[in-house]
Amino acid sequence: MSAVTLTPSPHRRRFHPLALTFEIVACLMLLIWTLAPLYSMVEVALESKDDVFSGDLFPASPTLTGFWTVLTEGYWYVARFWHEMGNSLYIGLITSALTLAIGSMTSFVLGRMRPRGSWIVSNAALLTYVIPMSFLAIPFYRVIQTYGLNDNLWAVILVEVTFATPYAIFIFQQYGASIPVELDEAARIDGASPWKIYTRIYLPLMAPAMVAVGTYALLLAWNEYLYLFLLLSSSGNMTVPVALGQFLNSDEAPWNLMMATAVIYAIPPIVIYYAFRRHMSAGLTMGGVKG
Amino acid sequence: MDATVGLLPADSAALVKAPPRRRFWRGGPRGSDTSWALAFLVPYAAVFFLFVLYPVAYGLWLGHDPASYRQLFSDPIYLKTVVNTLIFLAIGVNLHLFGALLVSGFFMRRNWRVRSLLLVYILPWAVPAIPTFIAIHWMLNGEWGMLNNLLYAVFGINGPSWLNDRWLALGSAIAAYIWKWMPFWTVIFLAGRMAIPLELYESAAMDGATGYRRFIHVTFPLLANLYLICTLLSTIWTLGDFNTIYFVTGGGPSLSTNVLATLGIRDAFEIDNPQLGMAAVMSALPLLIPLVVVLMRKLSQSRVQL
Repeated sequence: MSAVTLTPSPHRRRFHPLALTFEIVACLMLLIWTLAPLYSMVEVALESKDDVFSGDLFPASPTLTGFWTVLTEGYWYVARFWHEMGNSLYIGLITSALTLAIGSMTSFVLGRMRPRGSWIVSNAALLTYVIPMSFLAIPFYRVIQTYGLNDNLWAVILVEVTFATPYAIFIFQQYGASIPVELDEAARIDGASPWKIYTRIYLPLMAPAMVAVGTYALLLAWNEYLYLFLLLSSSGNMTVPVALGQFLNSDEAPWNLMMATAVIYAIPPIVIYYAFRRHMSAGLTMGGVKG
Repeated sequence: MDATVGLLPADSAALVKAPPRRRFWRGGPRGSDTSWALAFLVPYAAVFFLFVLYPVAYGLWLGHDPASYRQLFSDPIYLKTVVNTLIFLAIGVNLHLFGALLVSGFFMRRNWRVRSLLLVYILPWAVPAIPTFIAIHWMLNGEWGMLNNLLYAVFGINGPSWLNDRWLALGSAIAAYIWKWMPFWTVIFLAGRMAIPLELYESAAMDGATGYRRFIHVTFPLLANLYLICTLLSTIWTLGDFNTIYFVTGGGPSLSTNVLATLGIRDAFEIDNPQLGMAAVMSALPLLIPLVVVLMRKLSQSRVQL
């Protein structure tokens, strides 16, 4: 076995022509699998209204009219497009801010101050994290009415915050464990109150984790459908996914406009996703489960 | 939970000994610090009581009436729904996790082709679920959908109308689910694989473990715990998944592809019978509770640094 080359790291492996062929074929298959639905979406968006049902693989006469109509709200179906995007953004930003505030305060107590009984809070958060969101939709509908938040954007914001904070708490605690406690102790000796330690030491050092969690909460809210659909009824409170869902099964659906809307609506998350990719994966791998 | 990044077990720090944790208030905070601690916990406690505990209690109350279960069990759609849910879980979860495990190995190759493919490959996860599921719904249309036109153009065959047959529709929904979530788990397993020290592979190579044996004797045992936790987590999320079925098949044809999550919503809001809807959702508890218990134990056994 003298020929055993100690090159287990894949990037140093020499390529056999067959292996190279395999790799290229695998790449192509993954590429087609990944892009087919997205291509279908863009393809329909580029067609004109009359060509939509032609079943072409490529748009016969590709046109940006669909996108233009959506962006200028030039058709009754997309007449409130910017308003709907605004609603999505409003819900996303406030959800993100609240999740960061509540999550960081809770994790500060659980991870740094550690009073007795904090395991109860940890477990409560963990339990919330593993409840499927859609299973609570039915009681939520009534509960929101009880709170008088019916058809109010805040109802959805609070729901999203509820389901985003547990994740925020975990990530913050795990990330916070890497910040030396000596910093807190030194500040204590100088007479700083917990509030000062939280705002002056904890929050600034947590910035990378805050970016990851803030993005997560923003995207969670941006992508929401079920709760928006159930809790918001008036057209003024509609968001893009609800508007899309509304026309899904109707015969008069202007499919090219629907797909153009879908594409535009999908762009911000993609941009955010790629911009914060490093932070996101930092958040992902920060998990503390022992392998 | 949809669109999740997710609490993730992938652990690069696993092999690094964590320093002993200290609290800077020995024996817990005292005096005014206790008040501070409580004040800091108030917002989360409020959220938890108002938006978790109360809805859960209310949901349990809604689903407590045995009469709605009798009504539910006598509904022929319900039986189909349970079968669909189990199929969705058994096939969907295992297929996309095992696929993710394999594909993550592929992405360990660090050449430009594979690296740039990874950027494209994670797109389904980055794109919002609703628009893509609507696009898939469109793509699967028997007459003007892209899939059948492609089949005709390339192979000259007339594809079936995917969404008009129960099993084809269910299979399509599962495929859509796999399409959407496999990238996410791939990234997790990729992180898990990268955390395995190269020395292990080197000594395994010394002992003659190469190729698939390297996977069986080194990679898989080290990732087994991660894989198990991911399976549990994914099963719970899949059980609660509403969007895939709702947008890809719409529960059709003739309500034959519902899963418990969509049936619950349908019963509660379309038929306007919240008790019945809650009963449908709660009939998943015998499956959900053991999963949650095992998962929570597993997470705490694995010493999650909470």
